[in-house]
Amino acid sequence: MIAYIVRRLLYAIPILVGVNLITFLLFFVVNSPDDMARMQLGEKRVTEEAVQAWKDDHGYGKPLLYNAGGEGLARFTDTIFFEKSAKLFVFQFGSSDEGRDIGYDISQRMWPSLAIAVPVLIVGLAFNISFALFIVFFRATYVDLASVVLLVAMLSISSLFYIIGGQFVLGKLFHLVPISGYDTGLNAWKFLILPVIVGVIGGIGSGTRWYRTLFLEEIAQDYVRTARAKGLGERRVLFGHVLRNALIPILTGVVVVLPLLFMGSLISESFFGIPGLGSYTIDAISNQDFAIVRSMVFLGAVLYILGLILTDISYTLVDPRVRLQ
Amino acid sequence: MTPVLLWTDALIYLLLVIAIAFGLYAARHEHLRAPWRRVLRSRIGMATLIVLAGYASIAVLDSVHFRLKVDRPGGEPVYAPEVLSLFDLALSGLRERQEVTYSAPFATHLYVKEAVDLPGGGVTRAYPRLIHGGAHLADPAADRVGDILTRVLVGMLKGLLLWMAVVGALLWLSGRRRAESWRVTWAGWRSPGTEIPWTTALAVLGGLLVLGCVAGELAAEYHILGTDKVGEDVFYQTLKSVRTGLLIGTLTTLVMLPAAILLGIAAGYFRGWVDDLIQYLYTTLNSIPGVLLIAAAILMLQVYMSNHAESFSSLVERADLRLLFLCVILGVTSWTGLCRLLRGESLKLREADYVQASLALGVGHFTLITRHILPNVMHIVIITLVLDFSGLVLAEAVLSYVNIGVDPTMNSWGNMINSARLELARDPVVWWSLAAAFLFMFVLVLAANLFADVVRDAFDPRIRATR
Repeated sequence: MIAYIVRRLLYAIPILVGVNLITFLLFFVVNSPDDMARMQLGEKRVTEEAVQAWKDDHGYGKPLLYNAGGEGLARFTDTIFFEKSAKLFVFQFGSSDEGRDIGYDISQRMWPSLAIAVPVLIVGLAFNISFALFIVFFRATYVDLASVVLLVAMLSISSLFYIIGGQFVLGKLFHLVPISGYDTGLNAWKFLILPVIVGVIGGIGSGTRWYRTLFLEEIAQDYVRTARAKGLGERRVLFGHVLRNALIPILTGVVVVLPLLFMGSLISESFFGIPGLGSYTIDAISNQDFAIVRSMVFLGAVLYILGLILTDISYTLVDPRVRLQ
Repeated sequence: MTPVLLWTDALIYLLLVIAIAFGLYAARHEHLRAPWRRVLRSRIGMATLIVLAGYASIAVLDSVHFRLKVDRPGGEPVYAPEVLSLFDLALSGLRERQEVTYSAPFATHLYVKEAVDLPGGGVTRAYPRLIHGGAHLADPAADRVGDILTRVLVGMLKGLLLWMAVVGALLWLSGRRRAESWRVTWAGWRSPGTEIPWTTALAVLGGLLVLGCVAGELAAEYHILGTDKVGEDVFYQTLKSVRTGLLIGTLTTLVMLPAAILLGIAAGYFRGWVDDLIQYLYTTLNSIPGVLLIAAAILMLQVYMSNHAESFSSLVERADLRLLFLCVILGVTSWTGLCRLLRGESLKLREADYVQASLALGVGHFTLITRHILPNVMHIVIITLVLDFSGLVLAEAVLSYVNIGVDPTMNSWGNMINSARLELARDPVVWWSLAAAFLFMFVLVLAANLFADVVRDAFDPRIRATR
């Protein structure tokens, strides 16, 4: 087991190197640091000195890959690639273009992200599974048909409208919850209600439909027929057999997204004014802070690969038929 | 006038040519025709197809661009700088009827109080009359409802007449082909249990035509979905957004298709180091969060565009190139799923007896792939193509909201939502921009989702076997 995990972690390294190379290409080769400096300083009428000063200030003044002026190892370490890209491997994010420490910002901002993402995941999972079981219990009736129509309709609404609608109805019309904002510590709860409700509702369409398909696939299996033939009631069949067996794909589907919860949700965080990693990324995009975007790309890739590894491990834990080689 | 060919226009024409060529080819091959026939025989499939065709015709009309000639006596012909499309000409009334600022749907007065000169001198704050909306009414308060009702009735009549003309033409064509009287054909269409659900198709078509005519009749004198902050007609904006939405949904797949098919099949067919390399490639691309990759790429494009501003001759061209680039980058983030599916299927097909037999007979790799593997994975390609569409339309809105979508000057639902999101916080509420974007997007995405389900059921051999 441990050998397997170690090997999987080693496999992740070339992938992360690839991610790093792609971001490096995108940020430094397609457009040179000079272009970026000119864009930040305001396009036209920028003197050459100002560009050079901006580059030196932000550490972009070095050569890209190879520093001919350096000595020994410094030829390779005193370059943009090493300073800005390679250091990401040890989670040295450096400072943003505004001069803030990115590593510190991330460690501060991941908690509000988690405070929304975790409840959305748990409540959503519970609701979607219950709703899907309810539909499957009434399968091939008008309840089933109406529910499926409802699900497809909910699926066809842009997530933006759930957020706007939620803010309007709960926040503005009924004044039940604050529309946006955040507070420190436990006082934050009342700001979390609306994003969580909206997140759960927005996920019902695709989530419940997916679980319904899973359950229907299980219900067509032979062991379910056997269970019925033994005289088990519908409730025992659904909860004892169908749900338990369908838990394997459900669980692995959840495990793969677990690490990505840290990244938060881009849209809802910025709508609700929650200082998480999602709104951090959005702000960086709109302020054109390339250092932060680069760090978030790398962090996202790391978390994604972590999710894949966790999924494989969880498969072996819950499904004895799957063996690690 | 002089035609203007934008990059996305060219790709749309290419897409149309491919679709028509494939349609003609499929019509002559029974195994390709069968699944499409199953789609057409489903009521939902037929109804959604007609709705989608309605949207598509707007998008195609909106893709024929040109610049109008400016009348100037004598001398060289001069063309207006504005790039228009056929659709703009058809809606020329809507495009040009600008108000000052917000006005509600069907309103005759502005939504905001302004200083108005009193006839006897002096100034008061009141809701001024709109310049165009309901301007033909002498006494808006008394005449408006009656006028709207008459227009609805006239529109319905026109729609019904149009519908009857279309049905008549269809009947005549069908009757001539089968050499039977139109009464027989009509009775055949109406009878229950027909193979193709004619009643559904004609009903949906009629509904669309009537709605369209009513909207057209009303829009001639009113702003039926109100006006936005700068006084532009919202109905016009949302119709113009149709092209953007459809373009993102279709061109993205068109752009990514060659890479996904080539690499997916190569990985599954050749295995070994080719497979390793391709798998590495798509795992790497996949592990970058999609939104961030798009954001990074669009940021870089912005840097490039602001530093090379001189190479774009007009705003429209610039916006168009950004749209195309967005399609490409969306394609880069979304081809991996299809590639993985194709790899798995080719791995399986490679071991099939007929492939092994061809290999033993000395058939070359290229022939083998084009003749045996490619046709057998086509159903996966078509299912993915249709399933991805609605997601891409929704993604456009989200990306434009974050300002990494289409150009802010381009009409799109995402931009409409983005500029309207603060309007709900106003008092009184301005809701119509959001409602219009919501309505048109919802209908398109819902139709696409339902259509995708039908297509998947018709094409997926596994599902067919269990029926």
